[in-house]
Amino acid sequence: MIRSELIQKLADENSDMKPEEVEKIVDIFFNQITQRLAEGGRVELRGFGAFSTRERAPRKGRNPRTGESVDVPAKRVPYFKAGKEMHARLNNG
Amino acid sequence: MRSVGTLTRADLADTVNQQVGLSRADSAQMVESILGHMTDAMENGENVKISGFGTFLLRDKGERIGRNPKTGVEVPITPRRVLTFRASQMMKDRIIAGN
Repeated sequence: MIRSELIQKLADENSDMKPEEVEKIVDIFFNQITQRLAEGGRVELRGFGAFSTRERAPRKGRNPRTGESVDVPAKRVPYFKAGKEMHARLNNG
Repeated sequence: MRSVGTLTRADLADTVNQQVGLSRADSAQMVESILGHMTDAMENGENVKISGFGTFLLRDKGERIGRNPKTGVEVPITPRRVLTFRASQMMKDRIIAGN
């Protein structure tokens, strides 16, 4: 399923709403999640899963083309953990 | 890094309510429907790809031998389907930039 298919499904079951409005809601939904992670917070969606961020230590990397050593700085990366209910549903539980 | 709270379904519904003007009940229903459709797709074995956000990827893992860390007893870990998330470059960049 891709973003446009999700919007189509929502638009189909909300025929009273304009498709643009449905699209705006989907944008708000995903944008708010990213926004909260960028602010350093976490997102908990019971039954679905939780988004958070994790610290990555600085490390020495290598330019794969030249073999040159480069410093990769410390950074924060997004992390998702599926909820128990989600795991159960994926495993016919 | 300033400390911010945890975002929940209720917060997402509030933002939809404020920014779209949909009723609170309908906003909450839309949030639920978004999650429901994604979950249904994944339950049917489909990956979910949201451009600009990321991809929810299903992975099938075979049986392997695990160990009860308390007792040291070996136990088989049954084959299972796990869900991983690969963030889009846009999300990664926004998190590094902090906005």
